[in-house]
Amino acid sequence: MTTQAPEAPAPVEVVAPAGTFEPVIIGFTCNWCSYRAADLAGTARVKYPPNVRLIRLMCSGRLDPTFVLKAYAEGADAVLVSGCHPGECHYIEQNYKAMRRFQLLQRTIEALGIEPGRLQLVWASAAEGVRLANEIARVTEEVRALGPLNWPAADLVDLDTFSLEKAWEATGGDVEGPPKAPAGANPDHPKEAAK
Amino acid sequence: MSPTARSKPAAKPAAKPTAKPAAKPAAKPTAKPAAKPKLAIFGAASCGGCDIAIVNIHEHILEVAAAFDIVLWPTVMDGKYSDIEAMEDGEITITLVSGSMRTDETVHLSKLLRRKSKFMVAFGSCASEGCIPGLANLTPRKEILDTAFSTSSTDNPDGIRPVWEFEAPEGILHLPEFEPMLRTLDQVVDVDYTIPGCPPESEQIWAALQAVVAALKGTGPLPPKGSILGAGESTVCDECARKRDVKKIDRFVRIQQVAAFDPEICLLEQGLPCNGPATRNGCGALCPSVSAPCIGCYGAAEGVVDYGARLMSAYASVIEATKPEEIDKILDGIPDPAGQFYRFSLAGSLLRGSRSAWQSDGE
Repeated sequence: MTTQAPEAPAPVEVVAPAGTFEPVIIGFTCNWCSYRAADLAGTARVKYPPNVRLIRLMCSGRLDPTFVLKAYAEGADAVLVSGCHPGECHYIEQNYKAMRRFQLLQRTIEALGIEPGRLQLVWASAAEGVRLANEIARVTEEVRALGPLNWPAADLVDLDTFSLEKAWEATGGDVEGPPKAPAGANPDHPKEAAK
Repeated sequence: MSPTARSKPAAKPAAKPTAKPAAKPAAKPTAKPAAKPKLAIFGAASCGGCDIAIVNIHEHILEVAAAFDIVLWPTVMDGKYSDIEAMEDGEITITLVSGSMRTDETVHLSKLLRRKSKFMVAFGSCASEGCIPGLANLTPRKEILDTAFSTSSTDNPDGIRPVWEFEAPEGILHLPEFEPMLRTLDQVVDVDYTIPGCPPESEQIWAALQAVVAALKGTGPLPPKGSILGAGESTVCDECARKRDVKKIDRFVRIQQVAAFDPEICLLEQGLPCNGPATRNGCGALCPSVSAPCIGCYGAAEGVVDYGARLMSAYASVIEATKPEEIDKILDGIPDPAGQFYRFSLAGSLLRGSRSAWQSDGE
């Protein structure tokens, strides 16, 4: 890996206008390429949005799909996975494993109603600080456009205070609430029919 | 975390039949009512298969009846909820709950039984992780009701829906309310032990019951709270006799597409999506031994946080492809990822259901 001279910082708008949604993105980077790319971006004073929280793994192949699902379940709006370019993995081929997990995960989260855009894969070598910064900016804007994920907190609705009417409305069902039988009159009821 | 109940009881059955009949007739006229610990078996949203599995311990059921005073078992005997309500808190020694939490009635009864019981056991896959009924968490409640009451196979021209409260001539009737999402038992009440399986294997049930009876008699240790009883601590692959030779696969097949699988080699390596790598052992690897893939009914293996995540990880490792398009082509062989990876465990998984189902709860 060669270290290239830091390029001129790309003009990235870091400060978003007040009142806009600021997504929380968990970024998993590998120790050998993408984390160093982020490091390089830092040393070169390349700006990128503060929305991404980078977590260093030894390799993108260490990414357990559990990490991704846990991030969503605990409030992240998106997950960014980053590693060495294909063919350049420090551990020979583990980033291919990350790629397969990523593609499998994207299908699964889509089946669960999470947009595939909330899981992104970016390859970045240790020299590509500017590229990684730009990719983070791109992902941030894409997720901002998707809006908050707002996965419900682990404790489901407390049924003691749960309102059926509100839930019914939320489903787009009848505005009046759950269907109510006409008072006392059910012509199909055997006892009613006998009268 | 969980001491296996499987290994322990081996020595116990021998002692039991000899000791029990001698003690029973003597005890009967004197101290019978107060002496026996109470047992309740309650099926919430379940198919009844767990009850059948319990009865399938055959003549041992008599020993269960001898050891316990069965206070509630709706599938098998008469029992009144009002009798349970009248009990002291903690009066029931053990309650086995099979089935998931789908209506407010099952939630209410589970909370009631939790109050009245010393030990609460999530019995079977439904209670512990949602099982097949948990797949309803992929769909908003309204859609479930639409499907059930307004599809072409249902003759319901007026679009009549269940009514939770109904004013009949005799007074107001309340029907169990269908909750927005299905929950597992431990998402509703505190659970002491879990017996996994859909249904749990009968000899495992017997082993677990023996362990509990031994503990109550003081002849064995009480399993620590949170233990998984009646199952192993590894994976189905560990019990499976098939050979793994780290072969990679270039396609997934469906079971009907292959005339005969090699009886010696791992099914996953032959392209059949087998859930063994993520599933807890304890079943004896019955399915793979007859060339059917493991479907994961024993739930997540020891230490697995999210069953589907572990399985996705395993599948991704066995696929032989390095180009995104190739990978996609292979993954097309799994047409229903949510159903494949969460067939038994969706309600108990990290995400618990789909986004649309969550949004139906009026957050």
